Amino acid sequence: MSDIKEIGCEEALRHLFEYLDRELDTTRHAEMEQHLHTCRACYSRAEFEKRLKGRLGALGTEQAPPEFSQRIKGLLRRF
Amino acid sequence: MTDADRTFFEQEITGLLDRLYGTALRLAKNRADAEDLVAETVTRAWANLHTLHDRHCFRGWLFRILTNTFLSECRKTETTSIEALAEAHGETDEEPAFSLFDQLHQPFLLWWGNPEQEFLNKVLRQDLQKAVEALPEVFRVPVILADLQGLSYQEIAAALDVPLGTVRSRLNRARSLLQKALWQHAQEAGLKPSPSADESLFHASQTGEHHERH
Repeated sequence: MSDIKEIGCEEALRHLFEYLDRELDTTRHAEMEQHLHTCRACYSRAEFEKRLKGRLGALGTEQAPPEFSQRIKGLLRRF
Repeated sequence: MTDADRTFFEQEITGLLDRLYGTALRLAKNRADAEDLVAETVTRAWANLHTLHDRHCFRGWLFRILTNTFLSECRKTETTSIEALAEAHGETDEEPAFSLFDQLHQPFLLWWGNPEQEFLNKVLRQDLQKAVEALPEVFRVPVILADLQGLSYQEIAAALDVPLGTVRSRLNRARSLLQKALWQHAQEAGLKPSPSADESLFHASQTGEHHERH
């Protein structure tokens, strides 16, 4: 891993979503973590975006209606 | 296919059905199309199970089939190319991203506690659902793939057949639009800080509706 450099808020916010999406390389990820440990404002923002992302993630699950579950079970039986 | 294959497949599909259905609903935006999408996905997955070499990757593989099935159907009916749609929806705009966090921290808004925490506590599942479903497809699909399915940018790029840079820009734009929609809804719903510490920090407009938190 390259040397970790100190980054400012502007750079941290520019890469915030990539950080939350786990798309930063190891060095950049460590730089973000370091900044978030020391900057309360950016930390608060990151926590908010993380929670919002989590709430969005929950939308991906919805109880399948019983008749539809039966339809899929019927389909599986026919394979 | 062996009996073991069939058992494996049935168990996986049964375990993932609610997730498949939820994701299909967000993509298709209506129940009938979502159900057909899931049924078609399950059929295609069974037909191609022999191509899956690592069964630990079943979930990701299945959701890629779901996405590709949805996009194939869209391409049959869509007369405008996705690039033209993206441009029409301002993908190439230099407009700064909208930040819900910044809006909640505007200096003239006075809060008792933590505004972003209170906002998240009060925003309903149905509000998020409407905001996602209102996104133009060109932005809705990347958000669904990233935030609902947890795919990597590389996987999204492969699923949508676009460069990585395009995935990043569409996700940024999608999130900006989503947060703008949530803020507008909050204003329309009359969400505002209350002066009394004993009341909840948010209260709906005078309709007296009681919202179920999620």
